[in-house]
Amino acid sequence: MEFLPARVDTNRIQPASRKTPVPVAAIETRQISKTFGSGDREVRALDHVSLEIRENEFFTLLGPSGCGKTTLLRLIAGFEAPTSGQLLLYGDDISNEPPYRRSVNTVFQSYALFPHLTVAQNIAFGLEMLGKPKAEISRTVDEMLAMVRMEAMAHRKTSEISGGQQQRVALARALAPHPKVLLLDEPLSALDLKLRKEMQRELKRLQIETGITFVFVTHDQEEALTMSDRIAVMSAGKPLQIGTPREIYDRPANRFVASFIGESNFLSATITAATGDVARVRIGGGIDMEAALPAEAPRSGKVTVAIRPEQVRLVEADAADALPATVTDTVYFGTDTHTHLLLDSGETVVARFQSTLAHSEERANGTRVGVQFWEGSVQVLRETA
Amino acid sequence: MTDTTAPRPRRKAFSVRTMPGFSSIAIVCFLALYAPIVVIVVYSFNSGNSIALWEGLSLKWYATAWQNDAVQEATIRSVIIAAFASVISTVVATMAALGTTHGGDFRGRTVIYLLINQPLMVPEIVTAVALLIFFSMIRIATGYSGLAYLIAAHAAFCVPFAYLPIRARLEGMDTMLELAAADLYATPWRAFRRVTLPLMAPGIVAGAMLAFVISLDDVIITEFVKAAGQDTLPTYMLGQLRRAITPEVNAISTILLAITVILLTLFFILTRKRSPKA
Ligand SMILES: Nc1ncnc2c1ncn2[C@@H]1O[C@H](COP(=O)(O)OP(=O)(O)O)[C@@H](O)[C@H]1O
Ligand SMILES: [Mg+2]
Repeated sequence: MEFLPARVDTNRIQPASRKTPVPVAAIETRQISKTFGSGDREVRALDHVSLEIRENEFFTLLGPSGCGKTTLLRLIAGFEAPTSGQLLLYGDDISNEPPYRRSVNTVFQSYALFPHLTVAQNIAFGLEMLGKPKAEISRTVDEMLAMVRMEAMAHRKTSEISGGQQQRVALARALAPHPKVLLLDEPLSALDLKLRKEMQRELKRLQIETGITFVFVTHDQEEALTMSDRIAVMSAGKPLQIGTPREIYDRPANRFVASFIGESNFLSATITAATGDVARVRIGGGIDMEAALPAEAPRSGKVTVAIRPEQVRLVEADAADALPATVTDTVYFGTDTHTHLLLDSGETVVARFQSTLAHSEERANGTRVGVQFWEGSVQVLRETA
Repeated sequence: MTDTTAPRPRRKAFSVRTMPGFSSIAIVCFLALYAPIVVIVVYSFNSGNSIALWEGLSLKWYATAWQNDAVQEATIRSVIIAAFASVISTVVATMAALGTTHGGDFRGRTVIYLLINQPLMVPEIVTAVALLIFFSMIRIATGYSGLAYLIAAHAAFCVPFAYLPIRARLEGMDTMLELAAADLYATPWRAFRRVTLPLMAPGIVAGAMLAFVISLDDVIITEFVKAAGQDTLPTYMLGQLRRAITPEVNAISTILLAITVILLTLFFILTRKRSPKA
């Protein structure tokens, strides 16, 4: 229940009409590129990145290691300058501002707490640098300590508290000056699984309570799906798709997104008709179905479609409107069971069932079956086949 | 399947302690190092005039040294020189350490290292002669002949000693901390004052103490650079030994030894790595 945002974001409910002014983005990057090194050792960490992060949103940068997530975060924080492009904070170009003049705070992956200061002094640091009055500082520090439930530890040295507690102090320290944007670089990766789940909920709660825009970096797709308002899936220095967790999962725009987030079956198909964002496709030479057609995807000819394993249905081998196939393997995963299938066309498909249903769906290897896909599960990918 | 990684009788790792005669050689070395020092300390409490014959326990020679004007003057001079030299060399070393660890990668860093550590590599006698000639040129040109020459010389050769612990401290520091300070609105100067400086302080104090001890105990360069009547404690003792050897020298040595041991102990406490808490 606590996952629901406290405020209603009207922009998300109504499509932005021409009359209402478009709210200015908290962060906007315009064609930002960043290269390290030079000559043949040049690394392009970011490649013409243009994206908008909205006010009050939990925005996640998701991608494999080395795709440029940290670099983008460091650019926003001001620890690096872009090689080209512009960075806007609420409409102001801050590309050339030093970090100490940006109302942006960072929760470092290593926490980077000041070892010579106590927990309370760490939290007060930003407020002191901003020249806030003493009374206000001590009031805010108390609030922050309460918010991350560290009141009892206020006067401990940071080396005298546990990793999870250090994490909470790092959060409180970054939130205390009430920045316009909070940056978090894989803040949970050092925690064990149980603590990580707990902190995921805690982070989401803090984001809603404070109303601060969070930019969160992770390579963990599950973490991204459960916490984010919107996700940018990145690969090789570029965001490939930006959308809500549901859009990203249900409507992956390309093969990379479809396979990085969850699992997908990729099948060749032919578009027979296209209207708006819907296409009629013939899959595996056998069945005709409606498919979601993203912008920029080809509107005719051969394409690749993606279908999630849980959207695959097995029917009788001789059923009409089904692709004939043979069961090749069954793998048990605890809550799920995967059935591997070889279509007569030569392509492979994986079907996923809840294990509680599996006894009714389980087929011996070599069994002939018909394969169908649930309505609305077929997604045309941007790349041509 | 058979386990091919089953424990095989492993050869014992090489240890110098298992070599034949290791302990006897070690004992001889320690005796050679420390027996003379023990003798000096013991004989400084001798009541007799001889440095070889034990006549009874007394603090007589400490009193003699204490009342000796020349010893007093030399002591004060030594301390003044060491104090100035350690402060100057520590300031220089701190800036050098910040430059070499925080200045980013720059060309010629190796050259800088060599320049800073030059006094450790060039034979001291060469530096001494060079300083003697250089300072006498200035002396002729300006007519000044005060303690500043000795202070300048000591400060120069103390720099690498002050530099080493400061650099070690800075290199062990998490560079993220300075980024975190900047992220929390600290200007570069305030980040330095509030984060870098407090964290490097133990290194600075350690460097200053090492420089103080090194300066206090220098003979060669001081002997060459000093003007008449500018004896420090070590050069005074050297002068005494050339004439008559009295247990007074033992007493002064023992006091110098005590000061050095105390400062070096503090130095090791300061530079010791804190055991990380779980
Ligand atoms: N300071 C740097 N110097 C050289 N290459 C760098 C530097 N920082 C990052 N890179 C390179 O840029 C790419 C993106 O890195 P990074 O942003 O850290 O990725 P991520 O956080 O997604 O794992 C990587 O190929 C990395 O090697
Ligand atoms: Mg990273």
